[in-house]
Amino acid sequence: MDILPILSTLRRHKLTSWLLILEIALTCAIVCNAVFLIGQRLQRMDMPSGVAEHELLQIQVADVTAPSNPYARLAEDVALLRQVPRVISVASSNQVPFGSSSSNGNIRLDPAQPERTLFATTYFGENLVPTLGTRLVSGRDLQPDDFVDVETALKALGTGESKSLPHVTLITQTLAERLWPGQNPLGRIIYLTPVVGLRVVGVLDSLARPNAYDTAKAQYTMVVPIRMGANKDQSYLIRTRPEDRASVLTAALAALKKADPQRVVTTKRSFDEVRRKFFQDDRAMAGMLVGVIVALLIVTALGIVGLASFWVAQRRRTIGVRRALGATRGNILHYFQTENFLLATIGIALGMVLAYGINLFLMLHYELPRLPAVYFPIGAVVLWLIGQVAVLGPALRAAAVPPVVATRSV
Amino acid sequence: MFAYYIELALRSLKRNRVLTALMVMALALGIGATITTLTVLRLLSGDPLPQKSTQLFYPQIDPNAKEGYIEGQTKPDSIMTYVDAMNLLQAHRGTHQAAMALTQAKVIPKQANARPFFSDAVMTTADFFAMFDAPFQYGGGWTAADDDGRAQLVVIAGFLNDKLFAGANSVGRVIRVNDHDMRIVGVLKPWAPQPRFYAQDLGGRSYGDGEAVFLPLQTARAMEMGPQDIECYAAVPDVKHIETAPCEWLGVWVELNSDEAVAGYKTFLDGYVKQQVALGRFQRTETSLLDLMGWLRQEQVVPDDVRLQAGLAFGFLLICVVNTVGLLLAKCLRRSGEIGVRRALGATRREIFTQFMVEAGIVGLAGGVLGLLFAELGLLGIRHQPAQYASLAHLDLEMFLFTFVVALVASLIAGILPAWRACVLAPAPQLKAA
Repeated sequence: MDILPILSTLRRHKLTSWLLILEIALTCAIVCNAVFLIGQRLQRMDMPSGVAEHELLQIQVADVTAPSNPYARLAEDVALLRQVPRVISVASSNQVPFGSSSSNGNIRLDPAQPERTLFATTYFGENLVPTLGTRLVSGRDLQPDDFVDVETALKALGTGESKSLPHVTLITQTLAERLWPGQNPLGRIIYLTPVVGLRVVGVLDSLARPNAYDTAKAQYTMVVPIRMGANKDQSYLIRTRPEDRASVLTAALAALKKADPQRVVTTKRSFDEVRRKFFQDDRAMAGMLVGVIVALLIVTALGIVGLASFWVAQRRRTIGVRRALGATRGNILHYFQTENFLLATIGIALGMVLAYGINLFLMLHYELPRLPAVYFPIGAVVLWLIGQVAVLGPALRAAAVPPVVATRSV
Repeated sequence: MFAYYIELALRSLKRNRVLTALMVMALALGIGATITTLTVLRLLSGDPLPQKSTQLFYPQIDPNAKEGYIEGQTKPDSIMTYVDAMNLLQAHRGTHQAAMALTQAKVIPKQANARPFFSDAVMTTADFFAMFDAPFQYGGGWTAADDDGRAQLVVIAGFLNDKLFAGANSVGRVIRVNDHDMRIVGVLKPWAPQPRFYAQDLGGRSYGDGEAVFLPLQTARAMEMGPQDIECYAAVPDVKHIETAPCEWLGVWVELNSDEAVAGYKTFLDGYVKQQVALGRFQRTETSLLDLMGWLRQEQVVPDDVRLQAGLAFGFLLICVVNTVGLLLAKCLRRSGEIGVRRALGATRREIFTQFMVEAGIVGLAGGVLGLLFAELGLLGIRHQPAQYASLAHLDLEMFLFTFVVALVASLIAGILPAWRACVLAPAPQLKAA
């Protein structure tokens, strides 16, 4: 198809052509960025937790009257939960990955350094590694005699007596790599305060923090051998087979209630729910962006239909003359399709520049990464397709114009 | 004349129903999206206490160590230690002043077989209610003497009163909070300023329902109720006694009724910090005294997502307007013959221009009505979202009227170019062509 006649026709419809180009360019720019934002959200929602997500349950209970010995109480509860049929493993913990509520500490590599090296989360609780199902890549797990009661540790912190403080810790691979790039982390010391030095005895494959708002820092995690009592915001974590989760949760709650009918269950959920809740805003935003993209493409398509119909109606006579001079229906159809393709291409080219500009603005104000180049061809293909689909109706109508129109006055 | 334009416009719009429907639909979608996101944005960035916000101030000081401090640049901390909060309160430099922290209260109903439950609670000092204009349904707040005497009393929110006492006047009755009997002295009317300015940085949510229980700070602390958020700036010898620990966990608000009072308070605050530096307690001298809206701006309470959505909606509206320009232009160029006849019969350019602008305006109004429908649908969707502010998303009268302003402005802007093209058309060639 020769494009020169098309260009000369378009030159006679400058204003409407430019409007169509502008609309396509704006749509292209917004769609590219919106698709990119959706990709970001989906990627975030896919963030690995490092735990056996489909096998975990979380229960939190609060006692109405404080137990006289919280550690004995917790041990009783854990023992009760272990007896529930089909339970594989039980742990107590101060927090769960993606649970929002978190305990964190400033890490220093030298007790005397004034500024922290980084801000990491600290998991406390017994039996965490086997229950969470996180993998130990090197070193050993925490042993029962590593553990110190919370209260004892706090008291020791006050008096500065380091004997009653925990001495070892597990860290994630990511944290190890961040603290000592390329070196063996086992045996190295991390300082939580000048007196609390923790020797790294094991490295975990992956364990996300509860407050994983920043993807880059989501794996800055330590597990410290501190024993929780049943008087803090402790969680009971239960591991079971995926298909047993509902029945185990019911049975576990019944067992805990039986031990003390007065206690209040504040949390009871599967880890799937934990993840769903943590990322609900991301999901809502992604859904909204999809809605905007669809609406935008519909509006643009309708705009193309409208303008193309107008052009067809305006050029009825010209089309008739061309048909009378021997142009086939196919020629006419292709003419309008090519015209749309040309306009869309110019629009897409402009749109790419605009998309890049919007991305720069977003990078400046919303801490977004640079728009990867792969989004440009995707945007281009989508808009070309939309253009071709939208123009098909008017173009077919144009192709149906009979040659006899040429002999009539209007 | 205007009526005649309207008639002409309606006739022209009716002649090409599909094109008209396309224009109205596109404009309505753009307007719907814009109004939906703007309603949310306005809701989230609103003034929580419009009648009082210019008189409420949030003092900030900085007890951190000298390391990392850059004079004039490092912002002071957002919450305060108990010692500083009490020193500021006892100075009585404002009309009202209160310190507060958020906590969880375990409420045990007195009724048989009623289950205990946890509620959000505020532990604060006597001026809280008067300073924030919290309205009482029954009774009132407590006094400074009650604060000092650690009186066992509470103020409860209306919704808790409804739940426990079926809405009856419960002043003087007793509820059990964290295993202590507490006498109710006041019941609030529904009160939950949005954004929840005083809960900001105290571990509370930025939006949503208010707290159920308000109790005197000293009383709550005597009951070992702990704050939701606590930040320590030095090694902590004893985490149980947070009154003496180097930890920040209280927010302080001050009511100041004149510019002189504000300037006076700032001087007092600077003086206080200098005095603390001289005493060796503080190393940093930076202070801040923001008013309520300034504080919310600094805290950036409005979620980034919401601002992004509003930007996106404006982009969408822009595309819809460009779309409308194109379609209106197509329509008006098709009517060159008609314009030629009208011009030849004596219509001035101004009259042609007005006629086309009226047509655009009618498209805009129709788009506005439909857009309102879309906005209501959009807000319905937002109310079903899991966000904290979801339940607050409603269209008020101002946004209702604003919808039509947006619709008219958008369509008139879209109409200018086509109307101008129509009015500069030379009549003679058109007549000849016809």
